[in-house]
Amino acid sequence: MSRPLRVLIAKPGLDGHDRGAKVIARALRDAGMEVIYTGLRQTPEMIVSAALQEDVDVIGLSILSGAHNVIVPRVMKLIAESGMEEVKVMVGGIIPDADIPALKEMGVAAIFQPGTSMDEIVKLIRGQ
Amino acid sequence: MYQGRLWTMRQFSGFGTPEETNRRYRFLLQQGQTGLSVAFDLPTLMGYDAGDGMAAGEVGKCGVAISSLADMEMLFEGIPLERISTSMTISSPAAMLWAMYLVVAEKQGAPWDSLAGTIQNDILKEYIAQKEYIYPPRPSMRLVVDTFEFGSQHTPKFNTISISGYHIREAGSTALQELAFTLRDGIEYVQWGLERGLDLDDFAPRLSFFFDAHNDFFEEIAKFRAARKIWAYVMRDRFGAQAERSWKLRFHAQTAGCTLTAQQPRVNLVRTTLQALAAVLGGCQSLHTNALDEAWALPTEEAALLALRTQQVIAHESGVAGTPDPLGGSYYLEQLTGDLEKGAYEYFDRIEALGGMIPAIECGFPMREIAEASYRYQQQIERGERIIVGVNGFQSEDEPIEILRIDRQVEAQQVTRVRKLRAERSNERVDRALGDLARAAEGERNLMPHLLEAVRAYATLGEMCGTLKKVFGVYQEAVVT
Repeated sequence: MSRPLRVLIAKPGLDGHDRGAKVIARALRDAGMEVIYTGLRQTPEMIVSAALQEDVDVIGLSILSGAHNVIVPRVMKLIAESGMEEVKVMVGGIIPDADIPALKEMGVAAIFQPGTSMDEIVKLIRGQ
Repeated sequence: MYQGRLWTMRQFSGFGTPEETNRRYRFLLQQGQTGLSVAFDLPTLMGYDAGDGMAAGEVGKCGVAISSLADMEMLFEGIPLERISTSMTISSPAAMLWAMYLVVAEKQGAPWDSLAGTIQNDILKEYIAQKEYIYPPRPSMRLVVDTFEFGSQHTPKFNTISISGYHIREAGSTALQELAFTLRDGIEYVQWGLERGLDLDDFAPRLSFFFDAHNDFFEEIAKFRAARKIWAYVMRDRFGAQAERSWKLRFHAQTAGCTLTAQQPRVNLVRTTLQALAAVLGGCQSLHTNALDEAWALPTEEAALLALRTQQVIAHESGVAGTPDPLGGSYYLEQLTGDLEKGAYEYFDRIEALGGMIPAIECGFPMREIAEASYRYQQQIERGERIIVGVNGFQSEDEPIEILRIDRQVEAQQVTRVRKLRAERSNERVDRALGDLARAAEGERNLMPHLLEAVRAYATLGEMCGTLKKVFGVYQEAVVT
């Protein structure tokens, strides 16, 4: 039997709105995944190093502050530099439609906008 | 309630540079808004200057970027502080931003005792819910009490705190938890003020409150009524306040941002109207109505205007403003009010048993209660037990709306401005002021006079907060999921 999926849920930037990150962390755990939640105010360096140490399959970034266009490229660059291309990066939060193509272009696997159901996120992470 | 005067229509607003926000303020005032409410960006809320590595990508995004007195002067350019009341949503660096406001008033020639407004300054709810904290709880509480003390001596019309349930609710709490944690925070502030030796009837009338106006119409009205009732008993019977003004709970309300949907955003106008009506029937002293596009971004000018008009229709056309507590005596509402009151006292007992609010925060009690409630709420939506129009029911194709985007140039501009300030001011005077601040922080003196001096010398927010970090340390929360 394969090991459970390991997911890092991270809150980059200065924003303290962690309701979404916590709800998702719990939903993924209830769905049988192993979840590591970083807590608040993580720099891209801290996130990627935690992902490496924890040997995760997926990184979920929760960003509500509008800083995604600055933070996500940095995370993606560090992931590439660490040779972790197989790790899927997903972004959830307030991401306007207009920003989605650029985020996909840099390799973000999925973007979850407000109103996405927990079930949908679980299915996507499992690759269903 | 509103026979003497209507509630203050106070739209929370701020974005980009101080100049852009100043223009929005003048527009809102022209349109009949009756008070200002400053939204600061995340770096400011966390005590970082534009240009600090931690601020990258966030300058001017969620509010206006203020790094020094120079920015604050631009923010209020042409707005007479003597005649307008201003609320500032800032907690951990509240004392610093308030000092900037006081110095702007000084420069305008507006006497401090004429100034009306509110600083949020509620650090306890930061640990519980909003999480924009810098220092550990005890030195943070000292700063709060410093502002109480300074305010009671110099600014008799200024509310030195807005004890806030809003963020607790937005983090996913129930109405009862919002009510109970907020009022228990209030009790904690009163205790700290008394321990400092302040006269209760001097500072208690300057304590104000801030609640969420959420979806459940009757429960929300009951929550506001219960809050007033509990606070009056707490102040009179528990603390022995003599002045009637000390028993009165005055509150600002904001419609619930977390109920706004990104789907079919125009429907948010209807949600906000119902929530605002609950706030008015519940007797708020001031009100912010959210704009319909706020699930996506800060509001455009058009959306901000519609939000203001919503309150104006309730105030001037609906006829609900003419009677105090118009739903008092309704069997249903009285029952709900009583239930919430009883539930709040039960929470008070649980928090007392933990040793008060600070030990309760340190062991994660309120955070765990909120995390449980927010997960339950989300599960109800997933299972279809709770229908959110446009999200898990009645979905339809969305017509896209225009949203406000913050120019990337804002950050570069603010960074340059801070750099220029550092080159032009007297750095010797700044160093001296910061040195005095550090020494005062190591002792027990009130920090307000030292912060005012640092502000006058154009020390930046990051420099003042950094100085205190060296003395007070920084807070790391235990993660609760």
